[in-house]
Amino acid sequence: MAMEWQVFCKDTLTSEIVSGCLGSGRDSTYLNWIFKAWGWTVGVSLTALLVALLVGSIIGVIRTLPNSPWLTRFGNAWVELFRNIPLLVQIFLWYFVLPALIPAMKSLPSFVLVVLALGFFTSARIAEQVRAGIQALPKGQRYAGMALGFTTPQYYRYVILPMAYRIIIPPLTSESMNIFKNSAVAFAVSIPELTQFALQAGEETSRPIEIYLGVTVLYVISALVINRIMAFIEKRARVPGFVASGTGAGGH
Amino acid sequence: MKKQLLALAVLALAAGTASAQANDTLAKIKSSGTVNLGVRDSSGLAFTIGGGKYVGFHTEMAERIVDDLKKVTGNPNLKINYQVITSQNRIPLLQNGTIDFECGSTTNNLTRQKDVAFAVTTYVEEVRMAVKANSGIKSIQDLKGKTVATTTGTTSVQTLRKNERASNLDFKEVMGKDHADSFLLLESGRADAFVMDGSILAANIAKSKAPKDYAIVGEVLSVEPIACMLRKDDPKMKTALDDSIKRQIKDGSLAKLYDKWFMQPIPPNNVSLNMPLSESNKAAWANPNDKPMEDYAKK
Repeated sequence: MAMEWQVFCKDTLTSEIVSGCLGSGRDSTYLNWIFKAWGWTVGVSLTALLVALLVGSIIGVIRTLPNSPWLTRFGNAWVELFRNIPLLVQIFLWYFVLPALIPAMKSLPSFVLVVLALGFFTSARIAEQVRAGIQALPKGQRYAGMALGFTTPQYYRYVILPMAYRIIIPPLTSESMNIFKNSAVAFAVSIPELTQFALQAGEETSRPIEIYLGVTVLYVISALVINRIMAFIEKRARVPGFVASGTGAGGH
Repeated sequence: MKKQLLALAVLALAAGTASAQANDTLAKIKSSGTVNLGVRDSSGLAFTIGGGKYVGFHTEMAERIVDDLKKVTGNPNLKINYQVITSQNRIPLLQNGTIDFECGSTTNNLTRQKDVAFAVTTYVEEVRMAVKANSGIKSIQDLKGKTVATTTGTTSVQTLRKNERASNLDFKEVMGKDHADSFLLLESGRADAFVMDGSILAANIAKSKAPKDYAIVGEVLSVEPIACMLRKDDPKMKTALDDSIKRQIKDGSLAKLYDKWFMQPIPPNNVSLNMPLSESNKAAWANPNDKPMEDYAKK
């Protein structure tokens, strides 16, 4: 099958090939469109990653607190709730079901709802990793912190978390890359991101193979950039003689 | 390694020429005794009622075409193998021989004509919009500042974009994953209008909880000829399909089929779509042709 790469240079209204491949003003080509879609993918993914890291860290930490059984139970419930429901179903729950129950949510833009769905889904996974990282540390570290007279927040801040985070950088890298790929479900609730672009532009141009290849390349680039950033952090944060003593290549 | 590549290349070339020579669908149907018919599971013109049963205006018309093919091929025992296709895979599956022809809801346009051929137009789709009956929206001009839903992967998205540009309107566009989702956007108030093929709008309204709450309003935004799709460069097959369709138009059986599927209560819910034959549809039957969508836009 012959490839027709100039499909990306076509105007989205007239289907005429635009010289220079980029339209101006209100005229746009499929190349303009794919970059815009990429922007949405990156926007959704990075915002959701931020939410996931923040919420995941908090939930992960409270699941390891020594004397707060109710907080621990809440953390366990959070993880089980958000990792036991398929992501696509969660997206629809946030988009259609919750606003029907809580009218105030009707005014929230779909971007916010998707970021919450994707962020909370991933937060459950990150919480598990944070918990595993903390529990992988020898008990003596916690006691040493207590012996120094640190309060619970203090020994978490200065002793436990710095080590735990270093341990879990490799799975966090996977999670950060996953969030880019999982963001594809956002198309289901009208976010004009790469997957939606692929479906729509494929239909309009009858050139789905070229369109899908273009979209694939952008997904790969996005995930790879995150992978490299995480590998860099892993390398810089390494404690000599302790964990993460590999090559810092990210383990992929 | 190089040898393997060469072998692969030769094989691919051989397969390519083989399929080019075998471009006689009628002969293939005759020898195999089976017609691989492409059908849809959820379009307005062709859908499933479950249990592997495929029905609808276009599906039933295709079954009558197969009856005529029995005479043309001289094989009275032709069997139909129903093969479900989607908007995404219909053209590749037709090209690689998985289906012999399809009658669903495929728009005949110039881009597709580069890859496939079409029989004469049997249904003319009018793209319109559905709104809540009490919304006060009567025409596309009323959409200013409103949110308009349509379905990802349809030609209606382009239609909407063209109308937005042409009338200098600004409205927000949201795209549902499929027609049911797009209708849910309208139903849940996330969109003020749903722009789509008239038959799909009518079907979704008929199936909704309160059909009286919705109305199909406004001007016809685009006219699209829907036709059966077949492989390119296969004149014998094209003639056979066209002859059968022309016969069905002439003896009035196609009009009866239309009445059955668009004016009478239909499964699965026994609700009538209540869509009288449109003027553009009448014109297409009065003068059977395989003009693409672009020719309709010109007038």
